[in-house]
Amino acid sequence: MIFLAETFCDPWNLRRGLGFLAKLRDKTRENILWASTLVNLERVGGALEGQVELSTISTSLAEGRVTRTLDKEIALIDRICAGEKQLFYELIQPYERSVFIAANAVVQNEADAEEAAQEAFLKAFTHLSSFRKESKFSTWLIQIAVNEARMKRRKDRKTRYDSIDEHGGDEEGDYAPKDFADWREIPSEALQRKELRRVLQKAMASLHPIYREVLVMRDVQHLTISETADTLQISESAVKTRLLRARLQMRDALAPGIDGAWNIGDGNWKKVRPW
Amino acid sequence: MAVIEISCVEVWREISNYVDDSVDPELRRRMEEHFKGCEHCTAVLDGTRNVVRLVGDNRSFDLLAGFSDRLKKRLQEKFGI
Repeated sequence: MIFLAETFCDPWNLRRGLGFLAKLRDKTRENILWASTLVNLERVGGALEGQVELSTISTSLAEGRVTRTLDKEIALIDRICAGEKQLFYELIQPYERSVFIAANAVVQNEADAEEAAQEAFLKAFTHLSSFRKESKFSTWLIQIAVNEARMKRRKDRKTRYDSIDEHGGDEEGDYAPKDFADWREIPSEALQRKELRRVLQKAMASLHPIYREVLVMRDVQHLTISETADTLQISESAVKTRLLRARLQMRDALAPGIDGAWNIGDGNWKKVRPW
Repeated sequence: MAVIEISCVEVWREISNYVDDSVDPELRRRMEEHFKGCEHCTAVLDGTRNVVRLVGDNRSFDLLAGFSDRLKKRLQEKFGI
């Protein structure tokens, strides 16, 4: 069984991936396990549970240096541009989630995010021949999605959104954390729970858009500082400043407060942690 | 050699870069020394790491159900693919 590898470069997913791989009963080396995301990894794990012929870890994966080889994508892009249009979905399918999340970071409305994401994919198809192959296809797609979502936000603001000053975040001065309670590590299985996901999303929604966008690009999409700067068309220094504030504000929104209660982001304190 | 002390405010200013492992070795050493004696900043550090871990987990944010089907339908309608 061969699984083709994709990106596996962020340390957290790598740790989880290696943990998963360590549990495999049979680590033959004939096959190469390539995993694109943690979700895919887990799917792989579920599919292979109980089977002994699996699996292997590529050396590069073990070293944390697995990078998505762009060759397959470039070849697909060339074929699509040459007329094999039916291959387009195969090209974009791995990025559906990323593009949707990027759009949602901007508009904070799932229906609008879906519309912006779909527009981004349509635009990507139309302009595929202009894609510069020295950049990452995923980053290019995300950039289109952010632009589409920003256009949508501007267009709809008068009718549906509150007035949002895109540059109104207070980037001057230091941000002082509000909560100093010790925050124990949240068990990863807690993320299976809808409630935690809901509160996480709510905390994310409470951020000013300029902070939320950076947090999503950097910590959800795992773009580099430089890619985040390019995608959002801001300086690297602004990425770092906004990322700091976004992370600290998220921490304050989620940190357990007085008596271990949990600030659920709307000023109320919940007495029981959801995990 | 004695480590030059660093204030809590300076630690907060750099804590995100520290989590990303993008502070210079000297600053890292000063911050680590500070964490040893400051519970507040240690709590901020742990919480910040938790945030990065939580939002970075692929299970935290889902696609809308049916997204792929609707996208394929639009591609079909618009481009016949």
